[in-house]
Amino acid sequence: MSALVAVLVAPLIGALSAVALPGRSGRIAAWVAIVTTLAAAVALAASVISQGMPRLAVGSWEPPVGIVLEADGLSIAMIVMTALVMTAAALTARHMLAGDTKGPRIAFGFWPLMLLLWAALNAVFLSRDLFNLYVGIELLSLAAIGLVAIEGKPEALAAAIRYMIFALAGSLLYLAGVVLVYGAHGALDIGVLVGREPAETDGLALALMTVGLMSKTALFPFHVWLPPAHGGAPAPASAMLSALVPKASYVILLRLWFDVMPDQATDAALTLVATFGAAAVLWGSLAALVQSRVKLIVAYSTVAQIGYLFLVFPLAGGGSEDQPWAAGAWNGAVFLALSHGLAKAAMFLAVGQWMKVRGSDCLDEMEGLATAMPMTAFAFALSSITIVGLPPSGGFTAKYLVMTSAFAAGQWVWALVMACGGLLAAAYLYRPMAMVFRRADLSAFRLPSRAQQAVPLALAGAAIILGIASSGPFETLAIGRPQTAEAGL
Amino acid sequence: MTGPTLYALTGAALVGIGFFGLISAQHLLRRVVAFNLIGSGLFVFLGAAGARSGASDPIPQALIITGIVVALSASALAIGLVVAHARASGRPTLPEEDGEA
Amino acid sequence: MTLVLDLTLCALILAVALATVLGGGVFRAIVFFIVYGLLLSVAWVRLDAVDVALAEAAIGAGLTGVLFLSAFGKLSRIGAEAEPPAAGIRALLPAALACAGLTGALAWAWFALPVPERPAPDLATALPRAGIENPVTAVLLNFRAWDTLLESIVLLAALIGVWMLARDEDWHDRFGLPQHVRPGGVMANFGRLLPPVGVLVGVYLVYVGADRPGGAFQGGTVLAAVGLVAALAGLLRPPRVTQIVWRMGLVAGPLVFLIAGIVGAILGAGFLTLPEPIAGSAIFVIEIALVASIAVTLAFLVIGPPEQGHRE
Repeated sequence: MSALVAVLVAPLIGALSAVALPGRSGRIAAWVAIVTTLAAAVALAASVISQGMPRLAVGSWEPPVGIVLEADGLSIAMIVMTALVMTAAALTARHMLAGDTKGPRIAFGFWPLMLLLWAALNAVFLSRDLFNLYVGIELLSLAAIGLVAIEGKPEALAAAIRYMIFALAGSLLYLAGVVLVYGAHGALDIGVLVGREPAETDGLALALMTVGLMSKTALFPFHVWLPPAHGGAPAPASAMLSALVPKASYVILLRLWFDVMPDQATDAALTLVATFGAAAVLWGSLAALVQSRVKLIVAYSTVAQIGYLFLVFPLAGGGSEDQPWAAGAWNGAVFLALSHGLAKAAMFLAVGQWMKVRGSDCLDEMEGLATAMPMTAFAFALSSITIVGLPPSGGFTAKYLVMTSAFAAGQWVWALVMACGGLLAAAYLYRPMAMVFRRADLSAFRLPSRAQQAVPLALAGAAIILGIASSGPFETLAIGRPQTAEAGL
Repeated sequence: MTGPTLYALTGAALVGIGFFGLISAQHLLRRVVAFNLIGSGLFVFLGAAGARSGASDPIPQALIITGIVVALSASALAIGLVVAHARASGRPTLPEEDGEA
Repeated sequence: MTLVLDLTLCALILAVALATVLGGGVFRAIVFFIVYGLLLSVAWVRLDAVDVALAEAAIGAGLTGVLFLSAFGKLSRIGAEAEPPAAGIRALLPAALACAGLTGALAWAWFALPVPERPAPDLATALPRAGIENPVTAVLLNFRAWDTLLESIVLLAALIGVWMLARDEDWHDRFGLPQHVRPGGVMANFGRLLPPVGVLVGVYLVYVGADRPGGAFQGGTVLAAVGLVAALAGLLRPPRVTQIVWRMGLVAGPLVFLIAGIVGAILGAGFLTLPEPIAGSAIFVIEIALVASIAVTLAFLVIGPPEQGHRE
């Protein structure tokens, strides 16, 4: 059985077993699935790099009748990042959400929901069928909403409902676009649609799908649901929700704009998308600056970081598509998605451990944590380097790529937004750091084990390594890209 | 006007009516009802598109059945959330939209 | 003549949809929604999509309607059924214009849509190799089996999400609110009469699904309804989360589906590939398992999370 199939079925079988089997054996099944999926993700990446893209016509039915799954460079980069974040979140949840601390309900429900979330992410990263992607993002949304509500507090329930309204409206707009695509072309497969005769209705279809996916990605002005949802969930869930879930709808957007319908990407539309991105960077950063709870600071930072991902649209598409800087911008965006995923998950997991020690995530309660739990403080600091975009992190490499592309393209506005965002990030992340590094005696508190503290540090370290050893990931991302994107830099 | 055209236009109208309901309704249960109107409107549009050529295309029908089940799943979770939220807060509405606070 | 019929039906559908959105009171909106679903299933018959008509009637109108009604009951018990005053017309004008714009755009798109040649030729060659007669079932359980597998798991994800809404202190209780049925009352008798009939209808829908309209989701819904009526009549006591047999029932369908897919991959035929000679029987086995799981999942979704320890 190929690794491509394994990354899909292993988390699904794990989730089903975690539902069906009682207590301990259900948890053991979940862990078997976690380890298997992690191994399968690495094996899939290795096979794509060494042997090229595996393509699977599910059920041996070729499109337009059947559904195709395919792993390109973008897929495996996201799948491996997802596997790392998921494993780290699971390692943290094993202690933080155990039955004796959080009760049997959460101890039962977390594992199937996280495995379903994982399966849905991998399914979205691999699918080449627009309707199958719809089913995938619905599975993703329902599992994510379950995780937002899992804490059971009134604020968590309200946050889950608000999230659900945006997610459902977004899915329906996406579905409306899919309906128009099928109506015009009689096909849903991206490979078939690439060679389509453009129809008059394609512009409307792309617009509907884009607005829908923007709502699911929480791009400004559809971001209002994100901070309460990500800030209210248990830390391992927040890590997955913030680092991974918005990336699924973002990857679909990349495929729509740059693979399926590059012919519909007019300069005006691309600029409009990037303008929302710029607004998200500034608004999210300013809002993060005035929060008094660390989890909300980290969540608003996600609003800003999602904005960066959209600044590349006018640099990598439309009239820029054939330009030398397009590949740099596209690679920069994916790099940003990867490094943000790793760093943001590390931040939430570190904050989660602080919260467990102090019983709150108010800024004022963070004093002395650096002395008591140095590894988590170091993890938060390393992640901040990536989020701000300082060398030698993956965030730096990403922003460097996008900024040089912006200057090469003469669209310096986007570079200016990035610079402002970086400065604001340094400001809003300084506040929790300063509190954490302040001296205070915490010897009376029960601290998590060193192994626990090492988990976020490993993720934050991975985000730094992404910046130091960036050439490997670069070549990987080029697998399956159109010719123009393989040049660059 | 032919049959499919009539149903497609009805579907288009249902989508608009549903979105209006989703935005205008205060009571959360009503918003979930409106969400179902949008979905079914899209399905009618798709079904009409599949019925254009005379011989009916089974792929849209299968997609619609899948879509109906997905919509039911989402509705069930949404309805459960509304009840749980009303029990916790005593209200069937969302608190004022002050997400920026 | 048929055009008059279609026109009347569409006008009715739109009127009921408008009443659902604009009419006063949540309860009325729910009743209008159920009527809407039934009218819509007539529309599906008119569009020559009988499988969809069955799904719409059973799932769209029936089960979703029951979900709404039971939620309304729960909200009434805590006094949260009344609607707060709606925003004024002036405040809603931009939203109304945007929604009208969306409808207009879709209507324009309908006339601008080209009629594609795909996928008819490809389907014509694929359908004879599908192993079943009903083309819709062939698409659902063979050509787009990956969609259907994921969809059965979406249903399960919703149920786990709903269970997470239970209060911690209720977790070990039975599902749903306690029911009180008068012995010898209408509900008790109805509940005794209906199940055998319903089981027959459900099994029939699955069985004929291979070559005539029907199928796993429609049949599973009918069976779920039977279980619910039996529970309402006091014939069946709702189970608890801790009862492993029921949890195994929930996952059996997706699990059999997945294992069938993996066996194909291991034997070299390919993931979810059903070799032509055995496709018909493989689909039958998968359907039986799916129906069982769908029925249990849907019934549990309607009863709601465990809360029998609390009487409100």
